[in-house]
Amino acid sequence: MAGAFRLPAAGRLDAGRTLRFTFDGVSHTGLAGDTLASALLANGVHLVGRSFKYHRPRGILAAGAEEPNALVGIHRDAARRTPNVRATVQELYDGLNAVSQNRWPSLSFDVGALNDLAAPFFSAGFYYKTFMWPRAAWERLYEPVIRRAAGLGVAPDQPDPDNYSNRFAHCDVLVVGAGPAGLAAALAAAEAGARVILADEQPQPGGSLRFESGAVIDGKPGWEWAQETVARLAAKDNVRILTRTTGFGYYAHNMVALAERLTDHLAAPDAQAPRERLWQVRAGRVVLATGAIERHMVFPGNDRPGIMLAAAGRTYLNHYGVAVGRRVAVYTACDSAYAAALDLKKQGIAVPVLVDARQAPQGGLVEQAREAGIEVLAGHAVTGTRGRLRLSAIEVVPVAGGPQRRVEADALLTSAGWTPAVHLFSQSRGKLAYDAGTGRFLPGTHAQNAVCVGACNGTTDLGMVVEEALHAGAEAAGQTGAQARGATARPEARSPEGWSAGIAGPAPGAEAGKGGKAFVDFQNDVTAKDIAQAVREGMRSIEHVKRFTTTGMATDQGKTSNLHALAIAARMLDKPVPEVGLTTFRPPYTPVTFGALVGHGRGALFEPTRRTPIHAWAEAHGAVFEDVGQWKRAWYFPKDGEDMHAAVARECRTVRQAAGIFDASTLGKIEVVGPDAARFMELMYTNPWARLEVGRCRYGIMLREDGFIYDDGVVGRLAEDRFHVTTTTGGAPRVLHHMEDYLQTEFPHLKVWLTSTTEQWAVIAVQGPRARDIVAPLVEGVDLSDAAMPHMSVRTCRVCGVPARLFRISFTGERGFEINVPADHGLAVWEAVWAQGERHGAVAYGTETMHVLRAEKGFIIVGQDTDGTVTPDDAGLAWAIGKKKTDFVGIRGLRRTDLVAPGRRQLIGLKTLDPSIVLEEGAQIVADPNQKVPMKMLGFVTSAYWSENCGHSIALALVEDGRARMGERLYVPMPDGTIEVEVTSTVFFDEKGERVHG
Amino acid sequence: MLLIYCPYCEEERPELEFRHAGEAHIARPENIAGISDEAFERYFFIRSNPKGIAYERWRHIHGCARFFNAARDTVSDRFLATYRTGEPKPRLEGEGQ
Ligand SMILES: [Zn+2]
Repeated sequence: MAGAFRLPAAGRLDAGRTLRFTFDGVSHTGLAGDTLASALLANGVHLVGRSFKYHRPRGILAAGAEEPNALVGIHRDAARRTPNVRATVQELYDGLNAVSQNRWPSLSFDVGALNDLAAPFFSAGFYYKTFMWPRAAWERLYEPVIRRAAGLGVAPDQPDPDNYSNRFAHCDVLVVGAGPAGLAAALAAAEAGARVILADEQPQPGGSLRFESGAVIDGKPGWEWAQETVARLAAKDNVRILTRTTGFGYYAHNMVALAERLTDHLAAPDAQAPRERLWQVRAGRVVLATGAIERHMVFPGNDRPGIMLAAAGRTYLNHYGVAVGRRVAVYTACDSAYAAALDLKKQGIAVPVLVDARQAPQGGLVEQAREAGIEVLAGHAVTGTRGRLRLSAIEVVPVAGGPQRRVEADALLTSAGWTPAVHLFSQSRGKLAYDAGTGRFLPGTHAQNAVCVGACNGTTDLGMVVEEALHAGAEAAGQTGAQARGATARPEARSPEGWSAGIAGPAPGAEAGKGGKAFVDFQNDVTAKDIAQAVREGMRSIEHVKRFTTTGMATDQGKTSNLHALAIAARMLDKPVPEVGLTTFRPPYTPVTFGALVGHGRGALFEPTRRTPIHAWAEAHGAVFEDVGQWKRAWYFPKDGEDMHAAVARECRTVRQAAGIFDASTLGKIEVVGPDAARFMELMYTNPWARLEVGRCRYGIMLREDGFIYDDGVVGRLAEDRFHVTTTTGGAPRVLHHMEDYLQTEFPHLKVWLTSTTEQWAVIAVQGPRARDIVAPLVEGVDLSDAAMPHMSVRTCRVCGVPARLFRISFTGERGFEINVPADHGLAVWEAVWAQGERHGAVAYGTETMHVLRAEKGFIIVGQDTDGTVTPDDAGLAWAIGKKKTDFVGIRGLRRTDLVAPGRRQLIGLKTLDPSIVLEEGAQIVADPNQKVPMKMLGFVTSAYWSENCGHSIALALVEDGRARMGERLYVPMPDGTIEVEVTSTVFFDEKGERVHG
Repeated sequence: MLLIYCPYCEEERPELEFRHAGEAHIARPENIAGISDEAFERYFFIRSNPKGIAYERWRHIHGCARFFNAARDTVSDRFLATYRTGEPKPRLEGEGQ
C-alpha cells in the first residue's frame, strides 16, 4: 500500500505502480499518477512548509495551481534545484527529492516561528513604518535580516543546464482549459471543421470531473466521458491537444502564450530534450474555459495543517484515492462542500460535523447529508482550531451566540464558494461585471474575439455548462469559416451539484481577533485584521490595500484570497465591492520559468556575434579581441609574453616609424546613389558636397535636427551620382534609418537610393611612412604618387586582381590607404598586404592602438568624445559646416540660444604635470581643488591614453570655455589624490599635420 | 504582440517586423533655417501624447523598409487604420474611447 491513508477502493491510480520519493530526507512511497501533494497526504504528511512572515506551520490547501502554501524545492542535481514548486502541481516520479523551504533548522522546529510571537511588529505596512530610519541600516541590517527571516525558496546558484524551446502556432479556435466546458467547446469546434488547439494545465484533461463524483455526461460518468472525448479529439488531424500546458498570458490581437512542461514529471529526462516549450498562439477565436477557484473560509486558526479546500479534499479522495484524515470535519457557506462530505462518508471516513455558516441551508445535497447521518450544524461558526503541527480539533459556536463545542478532527475541509477564474479574460482587456446577486466578478464586455464558457463564465449547472460550451465551440468554428466534417455530438450532461452562492470575507460569527489569526492570504501571511487595519490607516482603493498589506502578491497572486480581501475592505469602507475596485490581473497566470521565456536566446545565441572576414587571421596571430557592439574586433596583438601596455606601445611606435596594418572592416558603409545624391548629401551632412570632385573625399558631420553631432565619417565621391559614405562602427544602422526617414518622408522628391554595404566590403587600413611601398605592388593601374593621388582621394581599381576601392585617407595622421575589397576576398588580400608589410617592418595593430594614434592627432570618436549634447563647434569642428548652405538637418537647431551661448564645454587636450599619470576617462575637472564640496565641475575627461610616441600621457576633455584656457592649470580630484593638468591643443603629435602628406 | 497592417506590403505582419518612429503629421518647416524659436520648439519638441487616438509613424524595417502612418488608440492599444506617407489623416469618428 502506497501510504497509510491510501484507500483501496477509491481513486483512479494503479496500486501496482509504486514510486519512491523523499521529502526532507525521509523516504516515502507513492503511485504513478500522484502529485507530490497527493503522495505526501497518502503518507499522512500534511506539514510541508513554513509561512512567509510568521513561519507558521503550513499544510496543503489545494489540489491544483492555486496552492499558496505547499511550496517546496525539487532537487534533481546540483544545477537543477527548482524553488517554489507547488507540491499540488509537481507530478511524482521515481526518485523525486523534495525539500521544504523557509525553515531553520527543521520543518517541525523552526526558530523563525518566534516571528509569530513578535507578530505586532510584522503587522500590515511594517516595511514602511518600522524601517524608516536610518537609511544606511536598510542595506546593512534590516533588509538582509528580513530577507533571511521572511522568504520563499532559494534560487539555484548554477546556470540552468536545461534546454527550452519556443513555437509559434496559428489556429481557428484556441480552447484554454479542458474541463467539461473546454472539452465540449473543443469537440463542437473540431467537428465543425475548425483547426483547434486545446490546452490544459493538468497531465490529463477532465478538470472538475476529477472530483465531481455525481457528474453524468452522455450517459457516462463524467471522468469517463472526458477521457473518451480526449481520445476522440486526439484522433482528428485538425486538433492539437496540449496537456501540462498553462495558458498564462493573453495579449493583443488574440495572441495567447502557453507554457508546456515537458520533462518535469519524468524520472530521467533526456538531457537534450527541451524541459519546457513556450507556445505563442495566434487564434481566430479564443474560448476561455478556465473554470473557477474555490475560496477558503476565513476564521481564526484557519491555517493549521490539515485544513484544506473542500474540492481539494475531494480530489485527493476521488482521483488519487487518498483520505486527507480519519475524522474529517467540513466548514462551508455553500452547497458544493456537502458533496465532499458525502463522498468521504461513502468511503467510510468519519465526518464528525458539517458546520454551515448559513442559517437554513436547503436542497438535495443538504438532505442527502442529513440522510447519510452527517451532523449538520447550520448557522454555526468555527471560532478556533487546535493542534501544533496538525489539526486536532475545531471549536464551534452558533452564529447567534451560545455555548462553544469542541469537535475532534484531524482534517477540516472548507469552502466559502467559487471565484470564477477570469484572469485571462481580464488580461485580454475584457471588462468584468460584478454580479451582486452571487457576489462574483463575471466576464462582461469582451475586448477581443473571445468567449467564456463554464465556471469562469459564472455558469454553475453542468447541463448548462456543456450546452453553453457546445454552442460556443460551434459558433467559433462557424465564425472562422470552417467547413463541417463528420458527425456533430450533442452530449447531455447533469450533476446534482451547483457551484453558486458562498461568502467573501470572514465567516459570520468567526470575526477576526477572537481565537487567533484569521488568514486571508496564506502565502503572504495577511490576516483579516491586516486588511481592516490598512483601511483604518487610510487605504481606500484595493490597489493601495494590496501594496500596504502585500495581499495578493507573490507566486499565487491571490488566487484564493483576493475576493476575501476585497470584501473586507468594502465592508470597512461601507461601499459596494466594485467601488473598492479589483486589482489588475497581470500575466503570468501562474509562475513561468525564465528558461521558457528566453528559449534558445542565451549563451552564444543571446545575440549575433559579428566577425570580419579577417577574424580568423587575427585569431591565428594571437589577437586579443574586444566587443564593439556585436562585433569582435582585434584589440591588440601581443608578442612573446607582452602585456597590453607593451604590445600597444610597440604597435603605436611601429606605425609611426614604419607602418601598421589594421582591419577596419567593421566601419559602417552606405552607398548613396542617384541623380540627386549630392543634393541629398547636402541635406544630411553639415558639409558642402556639390563641388566635391569625383575621386576626392571629405570628412562629413551628420547632425540631428537639434544641432548635436549624430555621426561622422569620411565620404568618397566615386561618380557624379555615387557616394561611398562611411559611418562609425556602431552607427551604421541608425544612420541608414535616419537617412531613409528623411528620404522617404521629408525629401521624397529626391531621386536617391540608399544601400547598406557594411558587410559587402572588407577594409584593410595601411598606415605609416611605408604605407605606399606596401600597397604599391598590389594595386593595378593607379598612379599612387602624392601629386596624382593626394591625401583625401579615392580610386576605383583592382588590388591583388580583385575589384577594389582604394582610399588615400588617414585616421592616424600618417600617410595612409584604406583598401576596400569584396568581403569574400578580404582575407586573401589581407594576407597579401601582410606579406608586403612584413618586408617593410610593419605591424598588425588593433583597436587600442587605433584609438591612441587618433587621440595623438585629436581626431574625435563620436560617442566617446561626444555624448549627444556636443555641437560641431564644441568639438572644434566648426570648419566642417558649409557656411553658405541654406539648409541641412540641424541648421536651425545649431542657432538655438543655448547652443551659441558663451561658456559651452569645448573639446581640448590635457597634459598631466606628471607625464606618467594617465587620467581616468570620465574623471571630473575643477579649477580649484580646495573649494568646498560639492565642487564646481568644469567638465570631464573623454579620452585618455599613454602616448608612446609623445613620451607622456595624453587626454581629450570637454571643458567649459576650454579653448580660452590654453596653458591654464586645472585639477582632476580623484579618490586617492588630486591630479594637476595643463590645458593644451587637441593635437599632440605632428601639430602641423605634415606627415599625412608623406 | 500586435499585428500591424503595412499599407505598402498590404499585409498584416507581427510587431517584431516594425519599428515605431514617433508622432506623425509633423512636417519639417520649409524654410527651417529662418523659423522662430517658438516655431522650432513646436516642430521639434512638442508632441501631443493623447489619451485616445494617436497618429504615429511606423517603419516596416524588417519588411519593405517603408515609413507609413498609423492611427492607434492608446487606451485599447488597437490600430484603427494604417496609411501611406503623405496621405491625410483618416476620419475616425466615434472611436478612441
Ligand atoms: Zn511593408
